[in-house]
Amino acid sequence: MKTIYILWLRQIKRYVRSKSRIIGSLGQPVLYLISLGYGFGPIFEKAGQGDYIQFLAPGIIGMSIIFTAIFSGIEIIWDRQFGFLKETLVAPVSRFNIMLGRTFGGATVATIQGIIVFLIALLFGFSPFAWSLVPVAFLVMFLTALLFTALGTAIASLLEDMQGFQLIMNFLIMPLFFLSGALFPLQGLPSALTTVARFDPLSYGIDALRHLLINFSYFGLATDFAVLGIVAFAFIWIGSYFFSRIQA
Amino acid sequence: MNIIEVNNLVKEFGDTVAVRGVSFSVKPGEIFAFLGPNGAGKSTTIKMLTTLLRPTSGEMLLGGHNPLTESDAVRHSFGIVFQDPSLDDELTAYENLELHGVLYDVPKYIRRDRIHELLQFVDLHDRRDDFVKTFSGGMKRRLEIARGLLHHPKILFLDEPTLGLDPQTRNHMWSYLKDLNAKEGITIFFTTHYMEEADRIAQRIAVIDHGKIVASGTPAELKSQTNASNLEEAFLELTGKNIRNEEAGSIDNMRMARRMWGGGKRR
Ligand SMILES: Nc1ncnc2c1ncn2[C@@H]1O[C@H](COP(=O)(O)OP(=O)(O)OP(=O)(O)O)[C@@H](O)[C@H]1O
Ligand SMILES: [Mg+2]
Repeated sequence: MKTIYILWLRQIKRYVRSKSRIIGSLGQPVLYLISLGYGFGPIFEKAGQGDYIQFLAPGIIGMSIIFTAIFSGIEIIWDRQFGFLKETLVAPVSRFNIMLGRTFGGATVATIQGIIVFLIALLFGFSPFAWSLVPVAFLVMFLTALLFTALGTAIASLLEDMQGFQLIMNFLIMPLFFLSGALFPLQGLPSALTTVARFDPLSYGIDALRHLLINFSYFGLATDFAVLGIVAFAFIWIGSYFFSRIQA
Repeated sequence: MNIIEVNNLVKEFGDTVAVRGVSFSVKPGEIFAFLGPNGAGKSTTIKMLTTLLRPTSGEMLLGGHNPLTESDAVRHSFGIVFQDPSLDDELTAYENLELHGVLYDVPKYIRRDRIHELLQFVDLHDRRDDFVKTFSGGMKRRLEIARGLLHHPKILFLDEPTLGLDPQTRNHMWSYLKDLNAKEGITIFFTTHYMEEADRIAQRIAVIDHGKIVASGTPAELKSQTNASNLEEAFLELTGKNIRNEEAGSIDNMRMARRMWGGGKRR
């Protein structure tokens, strides 16, 4: 328990102390909200889909969560390169707990990031339909963050250095984001695209956020929670397996 | 019973054989030096003993436990100062020690006292709340040594602990370690490239070259075996005068850089 806590705390401290990283990572969501939100707003409305900012905001929250979460997981590669990883790997505590501490820490950071984007979206005119459901939305953010941090951990445990990073960015994070329905409704799409979206865990996170924030859902909240829960569990399990196999 | 028992240990990295059938043993409470030229396989052996690397073949026991199958028991029994940097640069000196103390389950009241004591010992007490990234190479090294001493393990592995340290700190550190060894019976297993240091400190020495043990014994035995007047001569006699010009990997390059900058440019 103490192990999990102290490693969680480490992730939080590292986050809070890197002001430039926090601000830098908020640039992208803001840019998306402005360019897409205002850029596509009129078309979206003409197509009879309502206010695009309302629709887009949960997607952008999901985007900042997946980016922050996977990066937090991948931080293991940095720790390996800067050497700190060894210190945790020889400690007399189970690697499962080490992995959990890091993953919870990363997930907390990603959730905070998601909440900040939520607050920014409010400035852009976003308004949740029921404030009482907002805390539940935060819970969904955390679950989504947990899932992707664990995925990042699993991947990072298999990589030696940052060389595979571009690959991960272009062939994992970007597709997961763009095919998740973050930017467009899943209704009425070519069936190939909806099928792909069904295999993308981020789709369910964003769908749940939409359900809770703008009362609009494709899969339904129960499915969303079930999928997020099961996949998060599976990724933590896989991630901790790979993490326990790390050699340094 | 021996506290470290290594039998025919082999480690291959693809085509390179880093350790080729090494056998040795260390008695409880002994101060044991593991010497060898660059790339001889010292660090690799230590990594296998400390559960960081899985050997290709061979047996080893630490305090009667197998690092492969009883990694938990083994991890409880040792402390280590790595050759390469292993601090969290984004944390303060104090936080690095605190984190270590928690990981090693050192009770809070002992932990606090010992952290302050050790920070004073390595002369970093007034820098305790500074981020490690602002430290010089030698300061980082001192902090790593303090961290290695924070929990009192049965076995202490020190992989080139004095690299980049000034003579004052080196003497200071060794007298502390000898004291700890005498008082608490901690077994010390260390590597170094300073032969006079090994001569002065070690009770027993094993010399490894190209992944093989080429000699072992007390410093006096090694010197008389080779008819040398000091350990450095004995070492050169045993391992030859050729400089190791193997293909340097990225770690080796980093270490080279560190050596050239006297430890001052460690990241
Ligand atoms: N992860 C690795 N992958 C491939 N080769 C490695 C790896 N680690 C070590 N080696 C190789 O194994 C050999 C032994 O390296 P090791 O680090 O054990 O040497 P050492 O005796 O500690 O040397 P030094 O005095 O320079 O620290 C070297 O040839 C090194 O290049
Ligand atoms: Mg070495």
